[in-house]
Amino acid sequence: MTAPASTTTIDLVSRFPEFVTADTRPGFSGFIVKKENLVEVATALRDEFNFDLLSSVTGVDYIADNKMEVVYHLHRTTGGPGIVFKTQVDRVDPMEVPSLIDVWAGADFQEREAWDLLGIKFTGHPDLRRILLWEGYEGHPLRKDYQEAFFEEETKPFKSRWPEGHHTYAEFKNPFRDNIKLPENFKLDNYQPENEDQLYFSLEKSSMKHTSENQMGTDHMVVNMGPHHPSTHGVLRVAVELNGETITSLKPVMGYLHRNHDKIGERNTYLQIMPFTDRLDYFNSMANNFGYAVTVEKLMNIPVAERAEYIRVIMAELSRIQNHLIFIGMLINDLGSMYTPSLYAFEERELILDIFEAVSGARMMCNYFRFGGVVRDIPADAMQKIKDLVHDRLPAKTDEMERFLNENEVLVGRLKGVHVLNAEEAIRNSVTGPVLRAAGVPYDLRRADPYSVYDRFDFDVAVRYNGDMYDNYLIRFDEIRQSLRILEQALKQIPEGPINSQKPQYQVRVPAGEAYGRVESPKGELAFYVVSNGKPNPYRYHVRAPSFVNLTAVETMCKGTKIADFVALLAMLDIVMGEVDR
Amino acid sequence: MYGKGILKGLGVTLKRFADTYLDDISWWMQGKKRYFTTEGVAHRSSKNTRGIFTVQYPEEQLIQPEEFRFVPFLVHDGDDKKDVRCTSCGICAKVCPPQCIWIVRTNDPNTGKPVPQPAEFYIDMDVCMNCGFCAEYCPFDAIKMDHDFAIASYGRNVYNLDKLLKPASYYAEIRPLNYQKEEDARKAKEAAKAAKANAAATPAA
Repeated sequence: MTAPASTTTIDLVSRFPEFVTADTRPGFSGFIVKKENLVEVATALRDEFNFDLLSSVTGVDYIADNKMEVVYHLHRTTGGPGIVFKTQVDRVDPMEVPSLIDVWAGADFQEREAWDLLGIKFTGHPDLRRILLWEGYEGHPLRKDYQEAFFEEETKPFKSRWPEGHHTYAEFKNPFRDNIKLPENFKLDNYQPENEDQLYFSLEKSSMKHTSENQMGTDHMVVNMGPHHPSTHGVLRVAVELNGETITSLKPVMGYLHRNHDKIGERNTYLQIMPFTDRLDYFNSMANNFGYAVTVEKLMNIPVAERAEYIRVIMAELSRIQNHLIFIGMLINDLGSMYTPSLYAFEERELILDIFEAVSGARMMCNYFRFGGVVRDIPADAMQKIKDLVHDRLPAKTDEMERFLNENEVLVGRLKGVHVLNAEEAIRNSVTGPVLRAAGVPYDLRRADPYSVYDRFDFDVAVRYNGDMYDNYLIRFDEIRQSLRILEQALKQIPEGPINSQKPQYQVRVPAGEAYGRVESPKGELAFYVVSNGKPNPYRYHVRAPSFVNLTAVETMCKGTKIADFVALLAMLDIVMGEVDR
Repeated sequence: MYGKGILKGLGVTLKRFADTYLDDISWWMQGKKRYFTTEGVAHRSSKNTRGIFTVQYPEEQLIQPEEFRFVPFLVHDGDDKKDVRCTSCGICAKVCPPQCIWIVRTNDPNTGKPVPQPAEFYIDMDVCMNCGFCAEYCPFDAIKMDHDFAIASYGRNVYNLDKLLKPASYYAEIRPLNYQKEEDARKAKEAAKAAKANAAATPAA
């Protein structure tokens, strides 16, 4: 068992007295850096203080102070607490902040997201296009003065629902002709839909140096995979530039499932966000609930009931097992072995989902966690079923699955040695989760920065060292076994007692401040950044989705490999579009 | 030997294939029906299931646990829909994440003061996200989550008071444990109230 992470803070102010000040707003922490010296400070943090992992980049619109703030969260892959620093810029377009993409390549998509949703211009970013919304979109929806098409009120609950709640459909109240905002001097006759030159241009730029090495002058071909491609696990589109069958350049295009989860969150009350988090990574609603609950509890500074902590761990680990089972099944599916292995995996998943249904009421959209605990205790029959599965069935079925697939020559041939991602590249690109661990970095939040009661369990951080697809596949089995180990201990240690430390209340009081809570979701580091101003609704609510950030590394991984392997790679990254597009 | 891994894998599939029929035979020898019976479905979703585990919907249906939730309904006591538990306090409308609950409060026509009864109650089932907050936070046990999930229709599903109200006996049927717990709590509360009233009355007398 590791000692709890030390809480020593880094004194950045004395290192850079001229342009770093401590963030002294009540409830806030970290440092405020002058934007002119941002790159210098970031480089020092990376090289001198060893903060090698850029966890999250996001922005907050402080419209009252006329400031736009960019928030960076850094961590060390050796574990321990992180550091947060911010930079502020006047809220006048263009709001320019230097890009940190040269310090951490993992800033790429996150900076593009901040540009897209908040309109912060990252100077020096080589490919600052919109990422979740489409090219040609007017405005930046996460700004506080932006109102969406079916805007009703700033915050829920809406006043029209009670006590005079005569039902009307949203579209009657807000007819279509009124709810679109057109730019000034807009004329439909002259309207030209935005083309995607920028996207294809970004491809060519990166592939210039690869052309015509054999003096044949062969043309490269651009292929658009998706958004309707069965192997992309949803509506991911990937523009690939090919030299024959070899990938020379590649850009993911996303946002087809975008619903602006962050804005929805800012309209909701704290409790109302809980069921919306289910819909992020819809395979692991328990893990999403966990992350959000941990964050808000941090902000509220409340304890969690002891029994609830164990229930949370049990649910999160069951969720991890079923997620990895699906992963294995769908990976084999994408390799061309249709349905038999995936349905074997689904059988065990079905049994786990039955438990979720008996406990929370729904198989996938669990909505089970509350601030300070969980909704209800595990019923006796469900508890028995968990014990039966953990002690009896799942270990045997994991063995059977390994016997079934591990040595299969076709599978080994497709996976071994393909798409090597080394540890430095993985960290540089902010990759987390099993993909990072398969590259040889034993970075698991359950051990590196323990939350909940994970420090009480005896388990190993699964790690493999080749970083190829076969290791990525095997590490999922290792993780299932470690999760079963945790579950066995949790089931033995779980105490009796109340399942919530708070009284059930439909509106919680959250003091002003900020909190960054992160959990090890089956896909990687799932984090929530919540800023409260003391009102019933969060001022800023941001999700750092592991699938989204892991996609940053996809181009690095793919360059020079065959396009047929790309399909397997997407399965291996284990992305879920509900989380990527948010 | 090249191909050993594949043969090993095929061995697993063959075993799975055989398991289905072995179970069929053993159930048949015991004189039990494995398909189209509750017992059979329960076995197939237990930890002992092996071989085929699919359920032939709609002839067979999975056994719903008590906590299963779909869309909400309103509970009324007695036989007709007069004795509504709802007091139109509006907590469910306030807590609803997609804001799909619409309530019109009844006002006394003479005094204009609110009466604890809903005049109109709508739930837009197309918007409902089945989270169960309304049932969880209702202080009067008046709104509960239903088990009936087959509500698809050709039109839109905005349920009014008439369509939402279901008797308490139905609630007791789908959620017996919860119902019992709530009834016990209510009786205990009433008993405590009566005891308090008695205690207050005794010294006076």
